[in-house]
Amino acid sequence: MILVLVEKDLAGAAVEVSLETLTFARSLSDAGGGVPVDAVVVGDVSPALQSQLAAYGVRDVHALGGPGFAAFAGAAWASGLETVLAASRSVVVMAAGTPRGGEVLAHLAARSGVAMAANVVAFDGLAPFVVRRQVVGGQAVEEMQLSTRPTVFTVAGHAVEAAPAATPGPATLVEHAPEVAESDLVARVVSTEEPAPDLSGSLKSARVVVGAGRGAGSEGGFDDLLELADLLGAPLGVSRVVTSLGWRPHHEQVGQTGSRISPDLYIPCGISGAIQHWAGCSSAKAILAINTDPDAPMVTKATHAVIGDLHEVVPAINAEIRRRRAG
Amino acid sequence: MASVLVCVKRVPDSSSEIVLTDDGQAVDGRFAGFTMSQHEQCAVELAVQTASATGGEATVLTLGDADALEQVRAALAVGCTAATHVVADSQQLGPADVAREIAAVVRDHEAAGRPHDLVLLGHDAADTGDFQVGIRLAYELGRPVVNGVTRVTVEEVDGRPVVTASGDGPDGHETYRVPLPAVVTVLEGGVEPRYPTVPGRMKAKKIPVEERELAAAPAGPARVRWSLPPAAPSDVHVLGKGPEAAPAVVDLLEQLGVLAR
Repeated sequence: MILVLVEKDLAGAAVEVSLETLTFARSLSDAGGGVPVDAVVVGDVSPALQSQLAAYGVRDVHALGGPGFAAFAGAAWASGLETVLAASRSVVVMAAGTPRGGEVLAHLAARSGVAMAANVVAFDGLAPFVVRRQVVGGQAVEEMQLSTRPTVFTVAGHAVEAAPAATPGPATLVEHAPEVAESDLVARVVSTEEPAPDLSGSLKSARVVVGAGRGAGSEGGFDDLLELADLLGAPLGVSRVVTSLGWRPHHEQVGQTGSRISPDLYIPCGISGAIQHWAGCSSAKAILAINTDPDAPMVTKATHAVIGDLHEVVPAINAEIRRRRAG
Repeated sequence: MASVLVCVKRVPDSSSEIVLTDDGQAVDGRFAGFTMSQHEQCAVELAVQTASATGGEATVLTLGDADALEQVRAALAVGCTAATHVVADSQQLGPADVAREIAAVVRDHEAAGRPHDLVLLGHDAADTGDFQVGIRLAYELGRPVVNGVTRVTVEEVDGRPVVTASGDGPDGHETYRVPLPAVVTVLEGGVEPRYPTVPGRMKAKKIPVEERELAAAPAGPARVRWSLPPAAPSDVHVLGKGPEAAPAVVDLLEQLGVLAR
């Protein structure tokens, strides 16, 4: 049995990375002779979620409910997983490589005295079970042997494309309400501030996105880029370093830990193209990179490039667009 | 008064291109710059702030080879006042080994009359990216753990020290309130790590660093090898250099039909 912890969005649907993880679990199941894939969900399972999981080939949907799961606590969720693990006799436990997924599985691995592999992108063999996972911020790949049972690992975001199963599963609802030990509830969320409205929506659906990275140079270095974005009616997308430095808000971030975009044209300016960022923009149909370094990964992976400082190139492009529009 | 232990790791600077050793077991140090990860710089800042706000002490701990002393000194230069260095090749240790070694330090310090109420770590190591040392440490010590927060404060509630920690979760900004002793792992973004001053650096040089050996034989990481993803052949069409390329860029925008408005 393969058990997948499925996370929900605020509307109660499975998040994309959990669907990717279910897709990964199915490929593992196929390699292992068709062992069933079960899902674990904390809290309510709506009929919509149940049919979503059925489409991804899930056999049983284990719903964890009861007072111990009212607020997030990593240890409590792990104890719930232990209950389902014992009931379903699973040998593999997976989650998406999200903060929650990684946290809960690390608890489970620590409690079970087994290894955990984080951010797995592929598996190489079943006996021994060898996974490939991202290390050094995605710059290198580690082959890691997982020989303990249960086998516990998280799947990196965008490692596989989420795809429904050829044959849907029954997604039979199995409800569990296990007691949670007081010691597993000591570190739990005691209050949650409403999230800011999702401002990244336009980024995900935009036809054109103007990107900005470290090359912008400072918080005040975005004027020309914002003008280009305005001229093209495009939103601005930024790299992780830009939000880490506080130059631009987090909702503008493109990458593994930000939005995944798939525009007709992406124009990354002053972005070197770390794996982290590439994971969020590789679906763009065309990429026009503007960078001083002709060997930067963003340039070599792009369809088109201009070699130069964005602070010189972008104003020239803006002027050319204005000139042609005026003409 | 809170005594804080903050754990840091010497890691290759992954913002630049990396080269691996021939045996694929590590980043080749001859071609890399080394640093402390952003998460850990923030953890050090939070440790120093917490110690200062409560009249306590911030101790920095690292596990690494002799060169890792550089990161220990960096933490001392920004306000940590004591240091422990477990001298070992960190590449030979798995996350469970590291957690066990940190726990051994915490227990030995406690036995010597220096208990650490709060242990802070970075959320994940910038090189091995195991995402689990803090949580495993909590189970080793039998303490609660809060994972992946950006803000940490310690205060007395009904005469007992309590850590309030918060960070962004999937449902919004989440707050935890946990009695000490506890373990907390930190993500960058909540505080601005301070820069060391010249007097700070001078003072850091004079602080004695407790050197230790591994407390137990490590089980090791389950690593087979590291490799670099193959570089895909580039078929980029370079439109030009500098501002002179602007007309060619706008031609492309017209071709792609993204210029019309």
